[in-house]
Amino acid sequence: MSDKLVVEDLYKIFGPRPHRALELMEQGLDKDAIFARTGNTVGVREASFSIREGEVFVIMGLSGSGKSTMVRMFNRLIEPTAGHLYVNGEDITRMSRRQLIDLRRRDMSMVFQSFALLPHKTVIENASLGLDVSGFDRARQQERALQALEAVGLGAHANSYPDELSGGMQQRVGLARALATDPTILLMDEAFSALDPLIRTEMQDELMRLQEQRSRTVVFISHDLDEAMRIGDRIAIMQGGQVVQIGTPQEIVSNPANDYVRSFFYGVDVSQVYSAGDIARHDAMPLLQTGQADAAGARQQLGADGCAVLLDEGARFRGLVSARSLTDAADLDAARIDGIDTVEASTAMSDVLGRAAASDWPLVVVEDGRFIGTLSQRDLLQTLDRTHQ
Amino acid sequence: MTQDEPDIQDHETVGPVESLAEWFSETVLEPITIGDWIEDGVDWISDNLEGLLDGIEAVIRALVDATEFLLLYPLWLTAFLIAAGVWMRFGHKIGAITTGALLVAFGLGVFSETVQALLWFPPPWVLAVLIVLGGIWRVGWRFGLFAAVALLLIFSMELWPETIRTLSLVVASSIAALIIGLPIGIAMSRNDTVEMLVRPVLDLMQTMPPFVYLIPAAIFFGLGTVPGAIATLIFAMPPAVRLTNLGIRQVSREHVEAGQAFGCTPRQLLFKIQLPLALPSIMAGINQTIMLALSMVVIASMIGAGGLGGTVLTGIQRLQVGVGFEGGLAVVFLAILLDRISQSFGQRRREGNAYGNLLRWFFSGRQKADA
Repeated sequence: MSDKLVVEDLYKIFGPRPHRALELMEQGLDKDAIFARTGNTVGVREASFSIREGEVFVIMGLSGSGKSTMVRMFNRLIEPTAGHLYVNGEDITRMSRRQLIDLRRRDMSMVFQSFALLPHKTVIENASLGLDVSGFDRARQQERALQALEAVGLGAHANSYPDELSGGMQQRVGLARALATDPTILLMDEAFSALDPLIRTEMQDELMRLQEQRSRTVVFISHDLDEAMRIGDRIAIMQGGQVVQIGTPQEIVSNPANDYVRSFFYGVDVSQVYSAGDIARHDAMPLLQTGQADAAGARQQLGADGCAVLLDEGARFRGLVSARSLTDAADLDAARIDGIDTVEASTAMSDVLGRAAASDWPLVVVEDGRFIGTLSQRDLLQTLDRTHQ
Repeated sequence: MTQDEPDIQDHETVGPVESLAEWFSETVLEPITIGDWIEDGVDWISDNLEGLLDGIEAVIRALVDATEFLLLYPLWLTAFLIAAGVWMRFGHKIGAITTGALLVAFGLGVFSETVQALLWFPPPWVLAVLIVLGGIWRVGWRFGLFAAVALLLIFSMELWPETIRTLSLVVASSIAALIIGLPIGIAMSRNDTVEMLVRPVLDLMQTMPPFVYLIPAAIFFGLGTVPGAIATLIFAMPPAVRLTNLGIRQVSREHVEAGQAFGCTPRQLLFKIQLPLALPSIMAGINQTIMLALSMVVIASMIGAGGLGGTVLTGIQRLQVGVGFEGGLAVVFLAILLDRISQSFGQRRREGNAYGNLLRWFFSGRQKADA
C-alpha cells in the first residue's frame, strides 16, 4: 500500500509569537515550561508519520493531547506552525487558498462529533452541502446525495429534517454528507463519541461495512480504546501533543511504549484485540506426520501434557493423539481423539474462551485447514492476564 | 462648617497647587472647546458636502415616499406582497407570470373606473384589514382581535393619516437602518479590529440623548420628514448591528468548520452557514431597531416630521390633555402591533425544534417547491 498522507515534523503552537516557543522547544523545554515562559500552548509537537492508502488510522489520546488539532491540520482548518503535510505527494502547507478549497471539495471530507448539521435544511440538502458549494447543478446534487444517503441506509428519510431524527441517524446524515463528494480521505473527529454505546457499535459496523464496499483512507479521532481497537488498522497514540506510539492494535497492546500507553489498556478487553491466530502457540505440542511414525514410536515423542498433533504431508491438521488413545490403537490414524474443536485463526479471542472452557483438550487453530498452533486454557489465561501486570 | 470648607476666594496666598491648577486650566482645559469644534465641523460639512447631503436627502425621501405610498394605497402593497411571496415560494417562472397578471389587472385601472378608484382612492380600512390578517397569521387569532380593536380606536380618534405617516417613517427608516447596519454587523463579526472600532461608535449612538440628533439633522436637511427619518435611522441602527455581530459570532465552531471542511469560500460560509444560523439573533435585532425607530419618530416630530408625534406635540403646546393622550395611545397601539408582528419572525411558532422551524420557514420555501 502506498502512503496517502505523510506528516513530516509537524508542529502547532497556539498563542502569540509561536516561533519563540519553537526555539524553546528545540532547547528541550516541555509543554508546561513553554506555557510559563511565553504563554504559548503547544498543540502538536514534532509529529512525523504516514497514513497508508485505504487504511483506517485511529489517532487516540486523552482530551488535550492534540488529536483534534492534528486532524484539523490535515485539511488546514488549523494552520500548522511548522512542518509539512503531503497528500498524494502534494504539500498542503504550501497550497494557496484556492487550491486548498479545491482539495477540500475533491479529496477530503469531515465528520464532526456534534454532527454540525444545518437545522433548516432537509436531510438530503444537508447531505449535498459539499456538492452544493462545489457548484454542481441541482439534479446532480440530488442524485449523488441520495446515493450517499442510501449507502448509509437513510434513503427513506431524505426529506425529513435533522431534528426529526435520532442521534445515530443524524450522524449517518453527517457520514452521508461526507461520502457524497466521494472523497478519498475521510476525517472523523470523535464522530461516534456523542452516541450511546449500542448505537456507537452499530455505527462502527456501518463504517467497516462502507470500508469493505469501497475503501477510503480514514483518519479517525477517538478517545475510546475499544473503538480504536475495533476499527483501527493502525493506531497512533498521542500524549501532550506528541505521538508516542504507532502500531497495530496487537502491537500496541503487547508492547506499550510507556506507562501512559499502558494505562490506556488497563482494564481493556484484550479478548477483543487478539484473534486466535495471534496467540496460538506453534511449539506447545510435538507435531507428528501421518504415516511417519507408528503408534508405539509416537508414544515416545509425546509432550509434557501427554499429547501430540497429527498433521498430513501438506501440514494440514489431521487430529490430536494422547498417550491413552495411542495405547490401544493399531496406527496413528486410529488413535485420533474424537471431538477436537478446531478454530479459524481469524476468530476473535473472546469467541474462543467459552469453547476452550468446554473442551478437555487444547483448541486447535487452523487457517484454511492448515495447522497454525494450539491454544490451551493456560495460554488464554496468560494472555488475559498480560495487561494487568 | 467654615472650618471644613475654607472659602477659597478669601485665601490671600497663592500656593504651588493653585498656580498649577491655573496653568492647567489655561493651557489645557480652555483650548478644548468641543462644542465649537462640532459646530465648525457641521458648518464645514454643510458648506462643502452639499452634493453628498443632497444625495442622502434624495435617497431617504424616495424611500419614505415609496413606503408612504405603499401604505396609503394598500392595494399596491397587497399586489407587491403577493408577487414577492409567489416569487419566493414557487420560483421565477410562476413569479413572473403572477407579476404579469397583476400588472394587467392594474392596467385595467386605465379603463375601469372602479378599479381606478380602488387603486388611487382606496378606503383606509384595506390596510387595517391587512394588518389584522397579518396579526392572525403571524401571532394568533386573539392578537388579530386586539389589532382590530386597536385600529378601530385609532379610526375613531381620527388619527389614521397621522398613524400612516408615523408607520411609514418607522418602516422607511428601519429599512434604511438595516441596509446600512446589517453589513456593518457582518463586517464586525468577521474582523476583531472592525468590532473594536465600531463598538464605541455604537455606544455613543445609543447613549446620546436622541434629541441631540435633531439639531444637525435639521441643519443639514431642513425641517420635515427627511431629517426626521435620518435622525431616526441613526438612533435605531445600533441593535441591528450589535445583534447581527453577536449572532454570527455565536454560530457554533463545528458548524463553521463543517462549512470550511466541505470547501466553502468565505462568501458561501457567510450565506449558507453563518447568516441562516444567526437568524434568530438578527431578527431580535431587527425587532429592537423597529421599536427604537418608533420611539424616535415621535421625538422627530419636533423638527416637523409630523405624524402621531405631531399630535402629541400639539397637545403639549396647547396644553390639551385629550389630544396628547389620544396621540400617545395611538403610538402605544402601533408599538404593540409592530412589536408582536416583527417579533413573531424571531420566535418559536410550533412545538419541537423552534429554531429549525424558524430557519426553515425563512429559507426553505423555494427548495421545497423545486424538490
